[in-house]
Amino acid sequence: MRVELDNLSKAWDEVVGADHITLDIADGELVAFLGPSGCGKTTTLLMVAGIYKPTGGTISFDGYVVNEVAPKDRGIGMVFQSYALYPHMSVFGNISYPLRLQKLDKGDIKRKVQTVADMMGIGDLLDRRIAQLSGGQQQRVALGRALVKEPQLLLFDEPLSNLDARLRLTMRGEIKRLQEGLGITSIYVTHDQVEAMTMADRIAVMSNGVLQAYDVPATLYDRPKTLFVAGFVGNPPMNFFDVEIMRVNGDFRAKSEAIDLVLPHDRGEKAASADGKVIMGVRPEDVDLADDASPPAEGVTLIGQVEVVEPLGREDLVGVGINGADMRVLVDKSRGVSVGDTITLVFNTSRIQFFDPETEQSLLWA
Amino acid sequence: MTTTEAAPPRHAAGPLPRAREKMGRRFAYAFLILSIIPILVGYAWLVIATVSFRTQGLLPINAEGGIGGFTLANWDFVFEGAIWSAMLNSLLIAVFMVIGVGIASTAGGYALSRMKFTGRKAFLTGTLVLHAFKAEMLLIAIFFVLRFLGDIPIIGDYIGFNTVGGVALVMVALELPLGIWLMKGFFDNLSWDMERAALIDGASRFRVWWQIMVPQVRPGIAALSLFTFIVGWNAYLVPFTFTIGTKVANMPVFLNQLISDTAPVNWNLVAAVGLFQMIPLIIFFIFTQELLLNIYAGGSKGT
Repeated sequence: MRVELDNLSKAWDEVVGADHITLDIADGELVAFLGPSGCGKTTTLLMVAGIYKPTGGTISFDGYVVNEVAPKDRGIGMVFQSYALYPHMSVFGNISYPLRLQKLDKGDIKRKVQTVADMMGIGDLLDRRIAQLSGGQQQRVALGRALVKEPQLLLFDEPLSNLDARLRLTMRGEIKRLQEGLGITSIYVTHDQVEAMTMADRIAVMSNGVLQAYDVPATLYDRPKTLFVAGFVGNPPMNFFDVEIMRVNGDFRAKSEAIDLVLPHDRGEKAASADGKVIMGVRPEDVDLADDASPPAEGVTLIGQVEVVEPLGREDLVGVGINGADMRVLVDKSRGVSVGDTITLVFNTSRIQFFDPETEQSLLWA
Repeated sequence: MTTTEAAPPRHAAGPLPRAREKMGRRFAYAFLILSIIPILVGYAWLVIATVSFRTQGLLPINAEGGIGGFTLANWDFVFEGAIWSAMLNSLLIAVFMVIGVGIASTAGGYALSRMKFTGRKAFLTGTLVLHAFKAEMLLIAIFFVLRFLGDIPIIGDYIGFNTVGGVALVMVALELPLGIWLMKGFFDNLSWDMERAALIDGASRFRVWWQIMVPQVRPGIAALSLFTFIVGWNAYLVPFTFTIGTKVANMPVFLNQLISDTAPVNWNLVAAVGLFQMIPLIIFFIFTQELLLNIYAGGSKGT
C-alpha cells in the first residue's frame, strides 16, 4: 500500500507534536522515523494509525484520504514498545483477538493463528499465559497479533527497545526478513540510528516535530542536509568545529585557533559561499594516524594530545585535544594509542562537511 | 586492608549488632502487644457477654453475684423473625450498593480517566468537593427527594421513602464520588498502548472498555466491592433516618432499636446481636484475606 503524508500536523493547546510533515512511502517499502525522544515520530505514527486526529494536513492510503477513517478500518497492524499484549488472555487469545472481532469462522481462526504462530516460532506456546513468556517471546506474540489480520500497512513503535542487546540484533534481522518476504509496507519508529540504518529502505529524520531529511541511509550518512542530521546519524557522532574559510594562495583553508586544514577545491568553494564563518563536521572514522612509511600531503594534518581512550573491541575511540579543540576519532587498536601520547591526525578532507551556523543547512548539499 | 582495621572499634562500643537488633525487636513487640490490649479486651468482653447472664469486668456473674451464670438466653433472638428480616435488609442494601457503585464507578472512572469531554474537570473537582459533604448535612434534602420518588407510580413503591430500595439508592449516591475516584486512579495506571492495540485490532470503544480495560482493573473492582459491601452492611444513619418501624430496618438499626426502648437495656443481648452482625463479615474476610493482601500490596497478581 502506498502511503502519503501531506503537510500532516498535530498540535495540542501549545505543544506542537508534528509540524507539516510531508513524505510518501512506496508500496512494500520499510521507512524508519528516526529522531530523539519527543521529536514527534510516535505522534506521526499514531496519526497514521488513526489514534490521534491530525490538526492539519492529510494522510492518504493508495490515494484515498483516510483522515476520518477509524483505526480498525485502516487495514493496519501495529507493534508497540510495551508489546501491549492483553495479559488476561492466552497467547492464542491475543493473536486470535483481531480475527474474533471480525467474527471469522472458528476453524479459520485456529488455522490462521497456527500459521502465524509457526511463522513467528511460537507455535508451541499458544496455550501459555502472557506472563509466562520471555520478552522476546512476548514481542513475537505482538508481531503475530499484528500480522494475523494480513494488514496492508505495518506500524512499529520502537518494538525492540525493551529487549536486551543480543536479542535486539536477532529480532532486527527477523523483522526485516519477514517484512521483505511478505512485502508489507511498513513504518518503523526508532531512536536507535543503527536500527534505522540497517533495516530501513528510507529514513525520515525528525526533530522537534519537523521532518529534517528523508532519504536512503547511505545518502543521509554521506550527504547530510542539515546539522541535526549530521549529528544524529552515525555512531560515534560527528565532530563539529567553528572555523573560518579563507582563500590562501588559491587554496581554500579551514582555519581557527586550533585548526588549519587545506580543503579540496570543490568543497572549499561551496563552504566559502557563506561569508567566512562555518561549522565544519568530521566523522570519527574520517581521521587517521600519520604513518611514517607514507608521509601525508601538506595541510591535512593536525597535532593533538590523547586525552581519553575508550576501547570498543575492534577499534579504540580516542578523545584528542587539539590546541583546545576536542574531537573523537576511531583508531585501529593495533596502533596502541595511550593517554598522554602526542599524535599526528591525518584528515580525509574529501569527506569533511560544512554547515551554515545560522540556518544549520549544509553548504555542500543544499 | 583498611576496612578490617577499621572494624574492631565499632564492635567494642557495646553488644554485638545482632544482639542489639534482637533486643530492639523485643521492645517493638512488647509495645505492639501493649497497645492492642485494650482492643483485645473489648472483643473478649463482647464474646463473653453474649453467653453470660451478667458481667462484671470480664467476669461472668450469676444471679447470686458469684462467678458463673453462663447462658444461651441472649441468643434466643436468632429464633425470631425480626433479626432475619433485618439481616436480609442489610444484605439487600449491601449487594445493591456493590452492584450499583461497581458498575457506575467502573464506567465513570474509565470515562474520566480516558475521555475528553466538556465539564470533565468541573466534574472531577465537583465530585471531590461533594465527597467532603457529610451525609448528615443532606438528610433533609434527601428526605424530600425520596418523598418525591415515592410518588412515582409503580417504581415509587420500591425506591421511595421507607423502602430498602430508597435507602440503597441514597447510599449508592453517597458512595459514588469515592468509587469513581478510586476507579479513575486504577485506569490512570494502565498504559494507553493496550487500548490503542485493541482499537487497531478492531474493537469498538465499548468493547475496549469491557474486554480489555475492565479485566485489568479487577483488583480495583474487588477492593471497591469489598469496601462498599462493608459500608452497606454497617450502614446506620441513612437507613435509620429514612425508614420507620422494623419491617425495613437493617441490622444496625435493629440493634439501635434494642437500646432505645424505654425498658432497661439488656447489654448482653445487644452484645449478642452485635456479634451476630459481625459473623458474615468475619467469614467473608477469612475467605478473601489473600486477595485483600494482594490488593493492598498494590500487586496485580489478582489478574
